[in-house]
Amino acid sequence: MRGYVPGCEVKVPVTLAEALDVLAAEPGGWRPMAGGTDLMVLFNAGRMPAGRFLDLSRIEELRGIWEDETTLRFGALTTFSEMRDCPSVHRHLPNLVKSARATGALAIQNRGTLGGNIANASPAADTPPSLLAYGAELELVSLRGRRTVAYDAFHQGYKQMDLAVDELVAGIRVPKPQGLGFHFYRKVGTRQAQAISKLCLAAYARIEGGLIAEFRVGLGSLAPAPVRARRAEAMILGKPLTALQVTAAREALMADICPIDDIRSTVHYRRVVTANVFQQMLEELAHA
Amino acid sequence: MIGIPAIRKEGRAKVLGRARYTDDKTFRCLLYGATVRSTVPRGILKAIRFGEGIPWKEFTIVTAQDIPGENRVAAIVKDQPFLVEVGGMINHAEEPVLLLAHPDRYLLEKARRAVILEVEELPAILDIQSSLDRAQIIGGNENIFKELRIEKGDPASVWARAAHIIEGAYRTGAQEHLYIEPNGMLAIVAHGDHEDQVTVCGSLQCPYYIQKALMNLFGLPADKVRIVQMETGGAFGGKEDYPSLIAGHAALLAWKSGKPVKLIYDREEDMAATTKRHPSRTRMKTAFDEAGHLLALDIDFILDAGAYATLSSVVLSRGAIHAAGVYRCSNTHIHARAVATNTPPSGAFRGFGAPQSLFALERHLDVCAAQLGLDPAELRRKNFLKIGDTMATGQVIQEKLDLAGLMDRTLQEIGYTEKRRSFAVINATDEPIKRGVGISVFMHGCGFTGSGETYLASVAGIEGLADGRVAVLAASTEIGQGKDTVFSQIASEALNIPMELVEVAQADTKVVPDSGPTVASRSTMVVGRLVEDAAYAFKQALIQQGFLEEPYTPELFREAVRRSHARFGTVKCYTQYHKPPHIEWDDQTYRGDAYPTFSWGCYAAEVAVDTVTFEVKVEDFVAIQEVGRVINPVLAAGQIEGGVAQGIGWALWESVEWKGGRMVNNQMTNYIIPTSVDLPRIRVAFLENPHPAGPGGAKGLGELPMDGPAPAVLNALQNALGNLRLDEVPMTPERLLECMEVACG
Amino acid sequence: MAEKIRLQLTVNGEPRSVEVFPMARLVDVLREELKLTGTKEGCGEGECGACTVRLDGRIVNSCLIPAIQAQGSELLTVEGLAEQEHLHPLQQAFHHHNGAQCGFCTPGMLIAAEDLLRRCPNPDEGQIREGLSGNLCRCTGYVKIVDAVKAAAEGGRA
Repeated sequence: MRGYVPGCEVKVPVTLAEALDVLAAEPGGWRPMAGGTDLMVLFNAGRMPAGRFLDLSRIEELRGIWEDETTLRFGALTTFSEMRDCPSVHRHLPNLVKSARATGALAIQNRGTLGGNIANASPAADTPPSLLAYGAELELVSLRGRRTVAYDAFHQGYKQMDLAVDELVAGIRVPKPQGLGFHFYRKVGTRQAQAISKLCLAAYARIEGGLIAEFRVGLGSLAPAPVRARRAEAMILGKPLTALQVTAAREALMADICPIDDIRSTVHYRRVVTANVFQQMLEELAHA
Repeated sequence: MIGIPAIRKEGRAKVLGRARYTDDKTFRCLLYGATVRSTVPRGILKAIRFGEGIPWKEFTIVTAQDIPGENRVAAIVKDQPFLVEVGGMINHAEEPVLLLAHPDRYLLEKARRAVILEVEELPAILDIQSSLDRAQIIGGNENIFKELRIEKGDPASVWARAAHIIEGAYRTGAQEHLYIEPNGMLAIVAHGDHEDQVTVCGSLQCPYYIQKALMNLFGLPADKVRIVQMETGGAFGGKEDYPSLIAGHAALLAWKSGKPVKLIYDREEDMAATTKRHPSRTRMKTAFDEAGHLLALDIDFILDAGAYATLSSVVLSRGAIHAAGVYRCSNTHIHARAVATNTPPSGAFRGFGAPQSLFALERHLDVCAAQLGLDPAELRRKNFLKIGDTMATGQVIQEKLDLAGLMDRTLQEIGYTEKRRSFAVINATDEPIKRGVGISVFMHGCGFTGSGETYLASVAGIEGLADGRVAVLAASTEIGQGKDTVFSQIASEALNIPMELVEVAQADTKVVPDSGPTVASRSTMVVGRLVEDAAYAFKQALIQQGFLEEPYTPELFREAVRRSHARFGTVKCYTQYHKPPHIEWDDQTYRGDAYPTFSWGCYAAEVAVDTVTFEVKVEDFVAIQEVGRVINPVLAAGQIEGGVAQGIGWALWESVEWKGGRMVNNQMTNYIIPTSVDLPRIRVAFLENPHPAGPGGAKGLGELPMDGPAPAVLNALQNALGNLRLDEVPMTPERLLECMEVACG
Repeated sequence: MAEKIRLQLTVNGEPRSVEVFPMARLVDVLREELKLTGTKEGCGEGECGACTVRLDGRIVNSCLIPAIQAQGSELLTVEGLAEQEHLHPLQQAFHHHNGAQCGFCTPGMLIAAEDLLRRCPNPDEGQIREGLSGNLCRCTGYVKIVDAVKAAAEGGRA
């Protein structure tokens, strides 16, 4: 245990308003904490200084999964296990179920939250690629008000987010895919369970009249933050299923990513395997 | 009792959560200890400074200057300091420099970070090649800690006439033991008028190694240094030599503070600082005749020893002796070297050098088979050792040995022939998953190498207890392998009493004699035999003294022990190891009987390779071995399954990433051992062939399962993917991709 | 210096109350304050699962739970599995099948297995392996552990 425990203060608001009051009163003074599955790892290892933490875990308003005809809405404190266990998520957002199952193992899934996974802003997080592929939006709140941002505009660089110091991620809205959909999720991790991703690719396509009417690809561990493969998407969107330009799209994808060498993998491996997985996805799409 | 699946003796305490590991024990007035380490791989320690904001006066601080005895770890060579002194050399980046103790563990950690070391950095040697190139001389004799040659016949006379000469080079990486319980020690020092009494309890394999180290550190006689093993959460060789340092550190802090000190490593420190399996590089040159008979074998085997000599000389010996494998070859040269680098010292790890050299040989044979146009199993079959053959050291195979039978059983279990045929068909399609099956055949020498057991002259005993039960007295440690259970079975068989009447004494140097270390697959065969002999002697003593007559019931036995105890007090019978007369070994020439006997194995792996991601899954694994008579089939299978899991891990995932001489993936998140979903059901079987040297006919088995998996898995990969240069473990997906690209040009 | 909090918990059915720092790890609270040393620490990073306990009906890594998040919770640790000296069926099965070798992963493994059998009383081998995939074992190769869980499940059905 390398964190300086006696030097840490924790506030435990039970309403969102209380939490936002604290953030507004001392902007940047309190670090929000949800399930703790990322934060505690850093703190225990002595890689996060002692300080002041705002424990959000008792705020009931941030819990729960709601749905209407067009949208599923996740409270920021929705755990990976809750996503895994929710029939509606299985029915509409299978990639999100897969990404929840791929995160750590069960004991982590029981604590880790969707909001935390987003706001921790790790490029290697497992749910963001799925959220990007589904065109999710985030609800951000502060005492100044509530705003909605497209998730694909939220991450702006390594651990850089469109999130003010007095703001919290309150909820995640994901449109329900309509019509004939194609869902693909592949995490290539360091092992089959309890793994961090070397790369991750989630894709969603809507097929209409034999054409790709909607197409998004979310990528993890391939850039300083979770990103969409916009150039590759552009090569595929609007094309007939029977004439997907796989090679060109594969090449375009290489311009969408900027992987690094780290202790888990190499640039070369990440590029080659991302291209392979992407191609496999397109081949499955072509047969969808 | 021998041969039955007796239930693990300490198992109940373990499933109840009541087993007491080192960190579970506490004392009043306890201090926590911490170690300040160098962070540069090589340099001169100029000064130690204490940063601001820490109440240093509250701390117990130990530096090299405080050491009452000799500041060297007593091992084969005394070259490693307990603490680097100011003005002294730093030889690796995790070298202990200063010790701290304080009752507040949170403040202790803050203080550890506030110590500033002034170091004059020197150029470091960080890999085998740089060490051989001698750009810097950093240790040993011109960077060589140990060099040896095993010579039989003359390979040079063969090259000219051989039909085929095939060469290869193979590498293996460091491997972290990753016992789930990190290292830890608890020390108490009682200050006496004349001499202090040092007591250390901890997670350890070899209590008498630590006693010897602490006697030297404190300048105390044996009876003033007591070492007690706590329940130990896995070891695998990783708690063989390094615990001498930790125990020394804890004891120094306890000695200086006058208070009990607990020194527990967290996972990051344990992974970074303690020993690993030696990285290796092996060059093989082999000659075959037209039919595929092995004519000559020239092997250059090099281990990366790290910064100090530690156990490397004996790891090298075992690796070199195993390098020629289970094959007949009249012309064999093995040149072996352990070289110095500025990395944390490599150490013992299950297999002890043999997995490295056997990987090279068993992998090389599949490369040869491909070039010779032979099936890998058939190439092996042509060359297996048989009774009467001589091994590389000149040791003659004197026991019944049927390697072909062992191999055939394995081939049949895995479905070798059918699978190779059907996989070849599927692999030729554009299906992205390629499958293969591969084997390895290997042996593992039981007990210490060469004259090791003779020098050790181990002792074990049986004691009669007041309540009529008996206790096994041996320094062998229970580290999860089942030693307590197996010793109980051996003693109860010899005494013809139920296991419940046999207790196994805690490994405490005050209570048990020196039975040698718990290493080298020696506990069952060597120490178990001493226990068996001591039990017979104990029974004879009861009979001769008139307390017991044969035949007897357990109750009569119990009564006899009670009466003898009432009459004489404690009755103990000890036996000591004596070299069997027919075994001869020459340490100078490496000729003779390297081991009293060997255990033998043939393993088969079936793999599926995803050519989209280069991930490899082992889908089936068969492990068949001959280990003499099996004393406890359930515990034995558990040992094999666990060893195979470590072997598969080493083959595919377990990569130690180094940067500037430091392990940088020293977290469980980033050093990848297999989870339950990464492994198949490992299928284990034993072929029994009782051996006269062991108790009840048993041989050693703890290390054997580490030797076979890596070559079997990589051979299966070759079968799946064709003839790639798969010459290194771990064969991570990243490396496999590179190998496939090289093959494609 | 932060102030300590009064932490109220129900551990293995018994109400407990201790004063701890709010960011103290639950594993330390259990082991050091409550002297329940059955729960082990193997990594401190939520990876090995040796510190697995059940918190309000779900398994968690107690090294990643700050004390304050456990306020008012109900915990089950390995010490709570047996009824006095009568082993829980899983403990019995681990004991009988050699599911515990060095024993250090065993307490966490048992809690994870207990959770698995509550959610899925008749698991197949794949489900058992997935259910235990957050608990690393270095001794067994998992074979005997899987067998033990299977045996406990079958015993439960009988």
